[in-house]
Amino acid sequence: MASPHPPLLLKNGRVIDPVSGTDKRCAILVADGRIAGTGKQFRASSLPAGARTIDLKGKWLCPGFIDMHVHLREPGEEYKETIASGARAAAAGGFTAVACMPNTRPVNDCATVTALILEQARHAPARVYPVGAISQGSRGEALAEYGELKKAGAVAVSDDGRPVTNGQLMRRALEYAGNFGLRIISHAEDLGLSGVGVMNEGDLSTRLGLRGIPRPAEDIMVYRDISLACYTRRPIHIAHVSTKETVALIRWAKANGCQVTAETAPHYFTLTEEAIGKYNTLAKMNPPLRTLEDVAAIKAGLADGTIDAIASDHAPHSPLEKEVEFDLAANGIIGLETAVPLALELVRAGVLTEARLVELFSVNPARILGVEGGTLAEGARADLTVIDPARKFVYTRDMVVSRSANTPFLGQTFHGKAVLTIVDGMITHSEL
Amino acid sequence: MTMEAAHRFPHKHLLSLEDLSRDDIGLVLSVAASLKEISTRSIKKVPTLRGKTVINLFFEPSTRTRLSFEIAAKRMSADTYNIAAATSSARKGESLVDTARNLAAMAPDVIVIRHACSGTPQLLTNHIDASVINAGDGAHEHPSQGLLDLMTVQEHKGRIAGLTVAIIGDIAHSRVAHSNIIGFTKMGARVRVAGPATLIPPGIARLGAQVCSTMHKAVDNADVVMALRIQTERQNESLVPSLREYARFFGISSRTIAAAKPDAIIMHPGPINRGVELDPALADGPRSVILEQVTNGVAVRMALLYLIMGGN
Ligand SMILES: [Zn+2]
Repeated sequence: MASPHPPLLLKNGRVIDPVSGTDKRCAILVADGRIAGTGKQFRASSLPAGARTIDLKGKWLCPGFIDMHVHLREPGEEYKETIASGARAAAAGGFTAVACMPNTRPVNDCATVTALILEQARHAPARVYPVGAISQGSRGEALAEYGELKKAGAVAVSDDGRPVTNGQLMRRALEYAGNFGLRIISHAEDLGLSGVGVMNEGDLSTRLGLRGIPRPAEDIMVYRDISLACYTRRPIHIAHVSTKETVALIRWAKANGCQVTAETAPHYFTLTEEAIGKYNTLAKMNPPLRTLEDVAAIKAGLADGTIDAIASDHAPHSPLEKEVEFDLAANGIIGLETAVPLALELVRAGVLTEARLVELFSVNPARILGVEGGTLAEGARADLTVIDPARKFVYTRDMVVSRSANTPFLGQTFHGKAVLTIVDGMITHSEL
Repeated sequence: MTMEAAHRFPHKHLLSLEDLSRDDIGLVLSVAASLKEISTRSIKKVPTLRGKTVINLFFEPSTRTRLSFEIAAKRMSADTYNIAAATSSARKGESLVDTARNLAAMAPDVIVIRHACSGTPQLLTNHIDASVINAGDGAHEHPSQGLLDLMTVQEHKGRIAGLTVAIIGDIAHSRVAHSNIIGFTKMGARVRVAGPATLIPPGIARLGAQVCSTMHKAVDNADVVMALRIQTERQNESLVPSLREYARFFGISSRTIAAAKPDAIIMHPGPINRGVELDPALADGPRSVILEQVTNGVAVRMALLYLIMGGN
């Protein structure tokens, strides 16, 4: 993506770079797609020719945000989202990069599909990191070709959307992925327990007459994966944490030296099952929305470092999949454009510091995926996210950039959003 | 026909008993009681709802409930049309929302819907102007059944408040149980439930029921004992080992019923698996009010159609 575009002087912003411990007002000079310098002041004479100055007074200048769990639907379900439209939604939401899950049609379980995704992403306004499948066809039977996937550009492997039911296969995946330095991302779910469930099991599922998904469906598999990761001495990443028990398990595993990392999605720290109300399918997801206790535990896990990343689990669906009977509705909501505003609510509420927010969205996803990013050091790639914490807006249907609009947050008022996104020193989104 | 009701029925739809107040339920029961007489006349018809259109939209096979709604509508002189899932475009993959829009274009006054998915009547109301009556949605509610059960108990006991009602069996999958727990507790009765623990859902106490660990505790001194239908599929889902075992330990027999009050009545929403959830001798015996439930079903549904189509 590196290409000749004018150097940028980003001045007066609050520069938040947790890796170097920086949190101060200063300027950053961007040239040739890299961070060329940081300083209090840049003399006009020291600026490269043609440099454009952008005043970021009152804004936060952060290393580029990476959404490590999205579904871009291409190939196969382009009526829901394409790589191009998903990348535009990412840029609009303040993300400089996304990692896209392999549950496309066909499944991204081979170099050909990975290469196709990267080809489609070549001119997209956000970096797209393909996640390959753990098993062929994500059928949970035989390992996919991790060497080929890695060579083609996959950054991790996951059978997301489906759990790996067979413990032996998960063990082999952990071991074999080690040869290629690929992280396993686990969608932890005991299918026998979740069964035909469509929401969290409890008082409300009984009242609504909907089949429940009990919390152990997640916890049991999280423990299995932690156990296997410890046993094989390989790292594992737990996707979309939704229960307080899972938070506790991960905290315990980290304290015991397991190489486990975890992410949660904004809806799990924002909403409870009550959002289903009168069978609102926009509140149907997997794992399901849980209870206030879980929300509290997840917030605590985000604050104390138990949970490493916030990822949207952006899951576009059309009305064909959502305007139907609750039992038949597809799981998931779009999230690229609301992830940052929802997380900023946690900063406003004092749950997260600004630096912690940047770790959750940038530093840690880069580290977990093993990709460049998460730093504002001189020479680093100029992937930048600028946040205006005071920007108040109502999220309306007209604003939605994604090709789908399946979100329960339409009509909600937010305080703060990403207002400038820069990839490789090039502006991909601006509403300064 | 005159109805001296101080209370007006404030609902356009009937989706659940949860939505009804005590006064609403009282009104339905009193209107049903006065309409019941029509079914005993030699000409069982009044012109009250002439020119009104009622569509029975049934996505699950049902003879009783569909017929009961149809008879109720016809006795009130409404025009009725039946759409069964087997013959409708629903089978051809048309979505419920499309079906709703098509029906809306024909301007019906009331749609009576039964569907295997909970919440479907609610979805229908989002896409259609007509009133919607829930005739059973998944494991959610079957409000007209709850009302006819209340009416039957009221007739026999002269009251509902203060009574003890035991509901036995598959509480987890029973929309009848849910509507009855809500309806009876709302009207001041105590509701106890018992059955295999695999069929007692979490949070049922929040609906107002007391969960009993044994059949005896549930039935002890009860005024009403209600058996629920057990579906044969429950064996395959590992919820009960066999119907034989179910019948032996959770079926209602004369031994179980001995713990209830001497004048306790026996109810069942039908259709009965004879000899499984209910001993045939009890189903046909003097304490059984099962056929009265069926009769009252027509009266309650006449009342609902009348109240919902603006009668007051
Ligand atoms: Zn998943």
